[in-house]
Amino acid sequence: MAEGMNGKRFLFVLRRFPIGGPQALEALDAALTAAAFDQPVRLLFLDDGVWQLKRGQPAASGRSPMALLGSLALYDIAAPPWVERESLEERGLTPQELTIEVTVLARDRVAALLDDCDVLLNL
Amino acid sequence: MKFALMINGGPYTSQGANSAYGFAVAALAQGHEVLRVFFYGDGVYNAMRDMRPPADEPPLLTGWQALADRHGVDLVICSAAAERRGVLGIGEDVGDSGIAEGFRVAGLGLWVDACLAADRVLVFHG
Repeated sequence: MAEGMNGKRFLFVLRRFPIGGPQALEALDAALTAAAFDQPVRLLFLDDGVWQLKRGQPAASGRSPMALLGSLALYDIAAPPWVERESLEERGLTPQELTIEVTVLARDRVAALLDDCDVLLNL
Repeated sequence: MKFALMINGGPYTSQGANSAYGFAVAALAQGHEVLRVFFYGDGVYNAMRDMRPPADEPPLLTGWQALADRHGVDLVICSAAAERRGVLGIGEDVGDSGIAEGFRVAGLGLWVDACLAADRVLVFHG
């Protein structure tokens, strides 16, 4: 890390299906890297991104994001991550079906979360 | 203002790369800085040396190279994304790969570094 740089608060908005390609995994990789560089990192699972959290969800070929999700605390990522309530409801999912504990956030509260960061990465 | 750009889409198959290039040209023309363009996901295909633009499409590759040449824009290909897509062999020398001149290969840390140094961070999707 270059000297003299101030930390920034990162918010990663994860909205990709876990299957169909490596995008979901690569988004999570980016978030974990920011955390590994000692930046404050938050995750928000939105839209089809909520499928990444479903217990027993198969992943795209290669590494599974599921293993990474279990180790968020190791990376000092703010836990539990945020999940939009309506994204779950519209897909017939409940928080009980998810593989990790989450903070359920109503859609009308999402904008405030998006505002409360320095770097917003919608992946 | 200092910008950092991430491109997640391949050339000619998605709007992201085109839009990012147009944005970079416009920002530089207005006196802003583009610190780094980080090619992630399918964006790594933008650096393929032997690509040929489809008929009536702008030559994106030489466009990026010109920005690096004239304005010092740092063009970085994500090593993990490139290796996952067979663009770069694991441990392969970049000079032996199909990656074009003007691009360098590095890890996601350089993207985080760019986010910290930039005033604005933009992601261009595939």
